[in-house]
Amino acid sequence: MMSLESIPLQAFLIVSSALFCIGIWGLLNSRNAVRVLMSIELMLNAVNINLMAFSSYVDNNLIQGQVFTIFVITVAAAEAAVGLAILLSLYRNRVTVDMESFNLLKW
Amino acid sequence: MSIAITTQIICFSVLSLVILIGALGVVLLESIVYSAFLLGGVFMSVAGLYLLLNASFVAAAQVLVYVGAVNVLIIFAIMLVNKKEDLKPISDIKSRRIISTSICLTLLSLLIRVDLTNVWSLSNPQNSIGEESTIRIGEHLFSDYLLPFEVASVLLLMAMIGAIVLARRDVMSKDISTGLPVDQELIEKSSEPLLTNKN
Repeated sequence: MMSLESIPLQAFLIVSSALFCIGIWGLLNSRNAVRVLMSIELMLNAVNINLMAFSSYVDNNLIQGQVFTIFVITVAAAEAAVGLAILLSLYRNRVTVDMESFNLLKW
Repeated sequence: MSIAITTQIICFSVLSLVILIGALGVVLLESIVYSAFLLGGVFMSVAGLYLLLNASFVAAAQVLVYVGAVNVLIIFAIMLVNKKEDLKPISDIKSRRIISTSICLTLLSLLIRVDLTNVWSLSNPQNSIGEESTIRIGEHLFSDYLLPFEVASVLLLMAMIGAIVLARRDVMSKDISTGLPVDQELIEKSSEPLLTNKN
């Protein structure tokens, strides 16, 4: 175990687990499509906190976790741009952002 | 890190409280605009956590990309699609809420159990490179992570072009559904949407 010279790793892990579960709850329960995108961003941030904590506590010489976090941030930015563009064109066609009305693929 | 342990613990507690309460607010608040601004606060607090973990470069990247780009993009999207609409009530909303909440709580308890019971092989804190992490990230990006770095640039280009293609208005000379010529003015006219629910 870590000596009590710093915050334990478990504290970071618990915060990121809670943030991830809040993100999943929002993803499942939101009616507004913009809020679904925000929940995805929350989940990506939880994953980033996890990677950063492990890179600092387990791999603090090579810090590969920080490089992974940089890549996750890059992909999240691309995802946000494309997701909001899809949302805009969807809004132009359906005139709503209600998740329940996007049922074109429902059989 | 040269900050005293008490200060670190206080900073960590405040930051994680702001993160969790802010995230709950993002998910639960009625007004989507408040949610968007709270999301900015959550991103800033996550950047603070990165600073506590000795990662100044990633903290700066977090502030620049998330607060400066993603959050602004989300606020723009809210501005463009924010229309007051009465949502149709769902019949089985209560059972859905109960199922999803129980799934999330189960997942949370599972994750916390793994966090607390697993024995992590922590490395020696004396080996920590501390403030040199920016240099080390640069070395990684230009040696063993060079290919992912280049692929990421291609991905960003594709995302940019894809976003433009998806979000622009059609520049065809004829409307697909009606066959009438489309007026190419800049201001969008109200038109009949193509895919509205007929039922």
